[in-house]
Amino acid sequence: MPLHVELVSPERILFSGEADMVITRTTGGDIAFQPGHAPFLGVLQIGAARIRLTDGREEVAAVHGGFVEVNDDRVIILSDIAELSSQIDVARAERAKARAEQRLQQDHDAEAEAALRRAHVRIEIGA
Amino acid sequence: MAGGQERILRRRIRSVQSTKKITRAMELIAATRVVRAQERATAARPYAEEITNVILDLAEAGAEVSHPLLRRTEPVRRTAFVVITSDRGLCGAYNSSVIRAAEREVMAAQTEGSDYSLILVGKKAESYFRFRNYRIDRAFAGMTDRPTFEDARAVAEAVATPFEAEEIDRVELIYTRFLSVGSQRVVVRRFLPLQAVAGDDSEGDLRATYDFEPSPEGIIETLLPRYVEARLFAALLDAAASEHAARQRAMKSATDNAEELIVKLTREMNRARQDAITTEIMEIVGGAEALAQDRGPLDALEPPAAMPDPVVAVRSQP
Repeated sequence: MPLHVELVSPERILFSGEADMVITRTTGGDIAFQPGHAPFLGVLQIGAARIRLTDGREEVAAVHGGFVEVNDDRVIILSDIAELSSQIDVARAERAKARAEQRLQQDHDAEAEAALRRAHVRIEIGA
Repeated sequence: MAGGQERILRRRIRSVQSTKKITRAMELIAATRVVRAQERATAARPYAEEITNVILDLAEAGAEVSHPLLRRTEPVRRTAFVVITSDRGLCGAYNSSVIRAAEREVMAAQTEGSDYSLILVGKKAESYFRFRNYRIDRAFAGMTDRPTFEDARAVAEAVATPFEAEEIDRVELIYTRFLSVGSQRVVVRRFLPLQAVAGDDSEGDLRATYDFEPSPEGIIETLLPRYVEARLFAALLDAAASEHAARQRAMKSATDNAEELIVKLTREMNRARQDAITTEIMEIVGGAEALAQDRGPLDALEPPAAMPDPVVAVRSQP
């Protein structure tokens, strides 16, 4: 029995399909879900969500915060901002990274730090 | 020349015709936008539904639901109204009905002894309330045509922050709900405090017990603001679809009116032209007769049978 995975952003459903395993990062660290996982509800960190599909392919998405709910072999990832790896503009992420680094050198603000982390995730999975 | 009336009418017909072209174009644009706006509203629904489900699951799992966004204060000292209108006009009664409802709600709040606070979305609401010297706390523009989640987030923050700071005790949302292409209705919805979700105790044992990370309370804390944003986003999308539907309808009736007007004016113009021709002929005949009387009998030069009666000849033309 495969997992039914849905990646939902506020504007639309980004991905919906069957998978063998889902790996993502919650506030407590990386976590993997396989069929039969106990019901789980967690807050996501900025990171990658790897969805290993039943046909062997892997779908990777940058997830910038949100929630994951697992129940009854259904994995639902709710994210305010999420992008599939195929939609990521690496060049733009590089620019964002440079900008965030510059801002961090001047002073430490949480906004820039989050931007930097987002850029890192984008570059990591977009490449 | 007697063609003055005709020329004026011709000019009017031309101007109505070009207006008709514009309204027709706007009607077609609005029609495609309604479809797109509806699609966006449908696409956004899963997120709102899932987030509601998560909250329900949390409540059923017995999470302690207490959050500033759930704060209930009696009596209400200050009510905030989020009024969603459009930036552009030419959409029938779309804006005025929302604004009328908003004004009524503000008055009702005042008679209850509660102060008001206006958070306006769309230029139309802003200009209306500014002109009437209402106190406007925040005004947003440029997002009603095609709202994004970022827009919704900005508006949500504008209400959630003062609510959490206890500057306002209640938030009402006034917007147009999209029921179908043919019908939209202005609604006033309680927005904050959030209605506390009651966990269903009878089924509580059957429900799965969740593992939480970090904790149910921690999840609620990050979840509720998202929920507020999602609800506001849904309202913005609904309002956008309603706006385009209202504009389509207004422009359709404008086009129909223009068509009718063109028919009426064309008829009037034709009558004016015929009248002018008749008058001209009468003048020629009158002139010829006057000349004939001056110079003696014209009949001797030209027999009457050779020239048909000009008035009859013109009138019998199709």
